[in-house]
Amino acid sequence: MSAERAAAAPAPRRLSELARWEALIFLLIVGTMVLGSGLSDEFLTGDNFSFTSADMAEIALMALPLTLIVITAEIDLSVASILGLSSALMGELWVAGWPIEAIIPFCLLVGAVCGAFNAVLITRVGLPSLAVTIGTLTMYRGFALVVLGDAAVADFPESYTRYGFENVPGTIIPYPVALFGVLAIVFAVVLHKTKFGREIYAIGANQEAAFFSGVRVKRIKEILFVVSGIVAALAGVIMTLRLASARADYGTGFELTVVAAVVLGGVSIFGGKGSIVGVILALFLLGGIRSALTLGQISQEWVTIVTGALLIAAVLGPNLVQRAREARAHSRDRGRSARSGSLEHRPREKRGTDE
Amino acid sequence: MSQPAEAVAAPAPQQSERSRRDFLNAVVRVRELGLIVALALLITITAIAEPRFVEAASLRDLVRNATIIALLAVGQTLVLVTRNLDLSVGSVLGLSAFMAGDLFQNNPDLPIPLVFALGILLGAAAGVINGALVTFGRLPALVATLGTLYVFRGLAFVWTGGSQVNAETLPDSFLSIGTSTILGVPTIALFTVVALVIVGYALRNYRAGRELYAIGSNPQAARLAGIRTDRRVMAAFVASGALAGLAGVLFTARYGTVDATAGTGYELQVIAAAVIGGVAIFGGSGSVWGAALGAVLLTTITSALIVPKVPAFWQQAVVGALLLAAIALDRFIAVRVAERLRQRSTRTTAAAQARNGGER
Amino acid sequence: MSRRDHGWLRTLFAIALASVFALAFVACGETRDDEDDGGGGTAAEGEANPEAEIPEGLEVVSIPKQLGNPYEEIEHDGVKEAIEELGGSHRYEGPTDAGASSQVPLINAAAQQGVDALIIAANDPNAVCPALDQARQRDVAIVAMDSDTAPECRSIFINQASSEDIGDTQIEMVCEQIEGCEGEIAILSATPNATNQNTWIEFMEEELEENEKYANLELVEIAYGNDDDQKSFQETQGLLQAYPDLKGIIAPTTVGIAAAARYICGSPYEGKVVVTGLGTPNQMRKFVKSGCVEEFALWNPADVGYLAGHAAANLAAGRITGAEGETFEAGRLGEYEIGENGEVILGPPTRFNQDNIDDFDF
Repeated sequence: MSAERAAAAPAPRRLSELARWEALIFLLIVGTMVLGSGLSDEFLTGDNFSFTSADMAEIALMALPLTLIVITAEIDLSVASILGLSSALMGELWVAGWPIEAIIPFCLLVGAVCGAFNAVLITRVGLPSLAVTIGTLTMYRGFALVVLGDAAVADFPESYTRYGFENVPGTIIPYPVALFGVLAIVFAVVLHKTKFGREIYAIGANQEAAFFSGVRVKRIKEILFVVSGIVAALAGVIMTLRLASARADYGTGFELTVVAAVVLGGVSIFGGKGSIVGVILALFLLGGIRSALTLGQISQEWVTIVTGALLIAAVLGPNLVQRAREARAHSRDRGRSARSGSLEHRPREKRGTDE
Repeated sequence: MSQPAEAVAAPAPQQSERSRRDFLNAVVRVRELGLIVALALLITITAIAEPRFVEAASLRDLVRNATIIALLAVGQTLVLVTRNLDLSVGSVLGLSAFMAGDLFQNNPDLPIPLVFALGILLGAAAGVINGALVTFGRLPALVATLGTLYVFRGLAFVWTGGSQVNAETLPDSFLSIGTSTILGVPTIALFTVVALVIVGYALRNYRAGRELYAIGSNPQAARLAGIRTDRRVMAAFVASGALAGLAGVLFTARYGTVDATAGTGYELQVIAAAVIGGVAIFGGSGSVWGAALGAVLLTTITSALIVPKVPAFWQQAVVGALLLAAIALDRFIAVRVAERLRQRSTRTTAAAQARNGGER
Repeated sequence: MSRRDHGWLRTLFAIALASVFALAFVACGETRDDEDDGGGGTAAEGEANPEAEIPEGLEVVSIPKQLGNPYEEIEHDGVKEAIEELGGSHRYEGPTDAGASSQVPLINAAAQQGVDALIIAANDPNAVCPALDQARQRDVAIVAMDSDTAPECRSIFINQASSEDIGDTQIEMVCEQIEGCEGEIAILSATPNATNQNTWIEFMEEELEENEKYANLELVEIAYGNDDDQKSFQETQGLLQAYPDLKGIIAPTTVGIAAAARYICGSPYEGKVVVTGLGTPNQMRKFVKSGCVEEFALWNPADVGYLAGHAAANLAAGRITGAEGETFEAGRLGEYEIGENGEVILGPPTRFNQDNIDDFDF
């Protein structure tokens, strides 16, 4: 299993393997920037950074906890629906006369509750997270619709909505993006520098081994799902402020984009591998592509196509390289020994049908 | 339960094999039965509140509504059983639907079976791409089909170029497939039923079908046992794609007006239907009949909730809750099954040991 | 585990990333804040100058609610016609989904590119406002068309017909077509947030309440088909099941009326349930000719776009500011006057029936 692999593989190889992914994404970002500036003069401007990053802010925020969740080999597809529920609550409570200082914490609390519900079903009842979060995706969106229906609430105070899209004074960074930056650092530190983070990797690599090593698997997963709910609710608040309007159907379909960003960031769907830096790079890449194509006056459907192709290529490329390398090694070995057991040489990683 | 040693020594292994398989089959049957009971209850309760719900025309409409999702669910089951999933089915449906409409718009005299064949081929081609990415490219199915979901949908927009197929420009003979009935059963439903029977039979009675379950239960063991996992998984994806292609043509026949957004969002509905129908999301168990029943149950709930004038907004919440209940129920059953099997194998082993060990 | 080994590499990447971006963006461009200080008012905020020339080479972008909607395609073709007539260039950028936030990146891009005018059919009246405000600060003239934004965010709104007229006409038609003008009716609308839909429905409800002619008509339900063909189809089914005595369905959306007609015509409900509303001749021709649908209404969407194009050009040139009472020339459509709240009305709705449906091709 993976734990043995990790221990057995020499450290340098692991190092270069990790850096390789981030290097690849970095190269792609550079390529995109070249392309973008070629397509349009407005690409490499402070404005563009402000606009594009503000548009991506919600997805970027939700990608942070999802990274940790995916590293533990789980998934949370309900984030976009929690975003919608949060926005719907903001609207409804505002109309009911609550002060905004009370509404925002309440929305975060509801997000935590949604995350906790996910957590209980997954860790205590033992249901698969993919199935559970497809169910709660539907249910939470349903709740959002029950709360606010089809209406939109729009008269939020300007003193708050300006934080949705204005830049931090003196910079080109919008407030939500600054918030993302801060949270990204927090998550990065937690994941890469703390025992908690190491335990997350351990769970993803081999849950049973981690459990028997004393890692509190259930508790950690519960925390992650609750955090995911809170952050998703926060994203809902930000979206509401950014668009100066609350709606129950915000974020429909975002969950797949967030997963795409996480996967593109080098996080393995099977767990145990990945980094926050990779995901941040992937978010920049996705934003850069969207911006380059839009400013380049290329029709929107190409953004979709490029995103999908990129996702496939980014994971496919290294796999094919690995396959080629194995094939070469395999034929070399076959030349050397009389019989090579194909079973031993067949790699057990990265197969679609593997554990 | 001791028995005469000689009489039992040889048949014991086969008997335990068979009884184990029978037991599992029985469990699956019970699950499906549970679905049927739930469905019957739901229809009965709604019919009491609103007798018009069970009028022939209304029931036919219900069946028609469920047909396309059920067809997609059959294909999805094949993929889910092998511990993969296919998120691209909605996009494939959209491409196929538009292609069918476009073909007919430009060539109204095209033979209908040809258009069906082309739709299925298009879907199968998409399935080959998915299968290749998963088997040869070793992409996790979630990643591969998420990518193709985006690519195929984008291609649909490029292809349609902002235009739309209008029902008014399609030949009536084709559109009538969507509205006609054969012996009282809506024609499009028959497509699904036929697909269901064929796939269901193949899964149960052909080794290739059973191997899909083995792959989903334990991929490494399956490979070690000599099963050509790559081939089987590829076949599952191709089948899923082909059925999505078929569903696309049926979509056009039914709705007539098709644009680039046809089928958007279907993938999660289809997985939900399969899961409600008892298909395990981590593979290894479930039946296409269950998945189809799950699709019918989902559709019925949506229609049934209209009758007591439940605001449309509650429907989604209810469907979500139902999905969670189904998953929990399946988990409950799975745990019990595992326990029973353990007990049985303990008993059989103990009996065999008693037989063998006693004499030595 | 070996994670700690390459923490330094990751930190390196993070720093490299930050510096690259800092350099690229800060060095290369102006910022929004600069714009705020220097930008000043838009043409719409200054005084109108009716003598001003409409300059050649105006750049105009129009944004529909969603790509792939034929009705909107025709509208934007009309915009193109107007702009090209005036010697400008037109671009059509649409989102792939009709979500409230999907148009924002497109508005931002147009603002960044400094186009002269932006014409938009809004998915949500408020969600696009912050972005539109940013655009206005860069001297982009904003015209809303078909589906309005909040009035503060745009200078002019091109309405196909007076909203009141649109609502009233549909009630009138349903009354004329239902025997005795009495019974239950339902409305099959588009998306719940569409401004135009909700405005028309409000007027319909008002007319039903206040006009004695319609005292015996009862509106029992408003269903939403989301401008999705399949959903509208299913919602029609639902309505007929939930209300077995339904006498008429009004669908003020071209997608909805086509779906409802397709469901009802050829079914046992034909002749018993009236279908009317807003539809395109090409989509409804079959049903009108078969007699299943008696009459429905619309206007020429190309004309809506054409009018919007001229309004945008005049606005960008400073000839008008969107104030009540101003007038402007709209090419082949003649002269138009701006009404209350910056609204410009194209004209009364056209009714289509067996007599005239073949005269139109859209």
